[in-house]
Amino acid sequence: MDIIDLRSIMTVLAFATFAGIVVWAYSGRRRAAFEEAANLPFTEDELPGEARQQKEGKAS
Amino acid sequence: MDNQATYNYKVVRQFAVMTVIWGIVGMLVGVIIAAQLVWPELNLHEFLGYGRLRPLHTNAVIFAFGGCALFATSYYVVQRTCHTPLFAPGLAGFTFWGWQLVIVLAAVTLPLGMTSGKEYAELEWPIDILITLVWVSYAVVFFGTIMKRKVPHIYVANWFYGGFILTVALLHLVNSCEIPVSLTKSYSCYPGVQDAMIQWWYGHNAVGFFLTAGFLGMMYYFVPKQAERPVYSYRLSVVHFWALIFTYMWAGPHHLHYTALPDWAQSVGMIFSLILLAPSWGGMINGIMTMSGAWHKLRDDPILKFLITSLSFYGMSTFEGPMMSIKTVNALSHYTDWTVGHVHSGALGWVAMISIGCIYYLIPRLFGKAQMHSVKLITAHFWIATIGVVLYIAAMWIAGVMQGLMWRATNPDGTLTYAFVESVKSTYPFWTIRLLGGLMFLGGMLLMAWNVFKTIAGGKAYDAPVLAPAGHHA
Repeated sequence: MDIIDLRSIMTVLAFATFAGIVVWAYSGRRRAAFEEAANLPFTEDELPGEARQQKEGKAS
Repeated sequence: MDNQATYNYKVVRQFAVMTVIWGIVGMLVGVIIAAQLVWPELNLHEFLGYGRLRPLHTNAVIFAFGGCALFATSYYVVQRTCHTPLFAPGLAGFTFWGWQLVIVLAAVTLPLGMTSGKEYAELEWPIDILITLVWVSYAVVFFGTIMKRKVPHIYVANWFYGGFILTVALLHLVNSCEIPVSLTKSYSCYPGVQDAMIQWWYGHNAVGFFLTAGFLGMMYYFVPKQAERPVYSYRLSVVHFWALIFTYMWAGPHHLHYTALPDWAQSVGMIFSLILLAPSWGGMINGIMTMSGAWHKLRDDPILKFLITSLSFYGMSTFEGPMMSIKTVNALSHYTDWTVGHVHSGALGWVAMISIGCIYYLIPRLFGKAQMHSVKLITAHFWIATIGVVLYIAAMWIAGVMQGLMWRATNPDGTLTYAFVESVKSTYPFWTIRLLGGLMFLGGMLLMAWNVFKTIAGGKAYDAPVLAPAGHHA
């Protein structure tokens, strides 16, 4: 086996890994976990109390 | 449970403020060298000549402005999405002061003419070692924070930031392999075309990971936050991440079309550049579609305007890039101002505008305010910056295509139609328009500095309390 075979095998393996990731990401059983992860930025308390009231007051 | 614990915002504040300051410095140097092209008399002294200032400009905007924005946002995002304060805050402080020292050393050595001559890696070996120390500390702080996270998931923005930190470490170590001959001079370890290939493997991945993956990390946190809805498709974001990781590494050879690089390597670079269109646009669509159902917010929220416009420029430049990597197109575009236009549509339109949007988001939150001192000024900044970018890139496109056509034009007897200097002469009007565009972009940054100053003056440093683990909220 020469270096070209080795490189070809690497390329095929890399592509198969990527295809596997795509299938995994789009499989139905990841749905709930991804939903949970997607909501991670939305657990609040970023502003101090008064600044938050000020902002909400303006919004309403 | 320690409810009183707060996030470590100090280092975020430091980097956020320096982002604005280095942005102004870097863009000012850009405006100066743009003026030097129009009025060569402005090359006043050898320290201030175009050849010395140009690397200072690129280093300042990429590593000082862009770098500080990446440090600030990544430290902010990783703490908040991991629900835990920064790991090793002392080390985080070191990354701030270490990085500022790197920038100051660059600002001193480059005008003095100390350079290793590699584009975007000009800094000499002692500074390279300091960069390595800072970068390893950055990785320890970032991944340490992820290790001690209180939530099961690692949010996608952190994957992008993590990919950026690891890859930049690898790129810097490999490309900066050099043999010192004195304190201020070294030579590359690699000979001939290998050196060129390693340099552009580094150079293009600096674009791909420093200027793209890191800023996509910003996109995946700040666009959902400002639009107040989760990212359009989380699964697409996962595929987006891995697709970028698997393809970006191979695109570098497109910088070396029609050179001594073997032809097959050039073709590999071109094909991977073309493939890159898919993940780039997948990510861009994912960001923009996060707005779906909330488009009306774009009307009166200038921060969202910055973020979404930056994604439009990202889409434009990642279409243009693969197109320019096609050998026959590259035969026209290479070495012309078209390349400069392409770079700035990415650097001003995408990188700078998303950073500006994120800093406008961060500053009030870091100083205990509900919003920036003046929202109207943000809107003004947005329009001035957008018109500036459009003037800049349109001028460079026209100039570039014109130069390419003039350089290749031949008479029936095979001689060249134009002397090089004729193409220079024809480019003057476009260089003047470019200078105007650059001045406008810099002007927008000055408005920002004033707005940031007023916001900080009217607020006071604020560290938000650490959130309870996600489970406690449900």
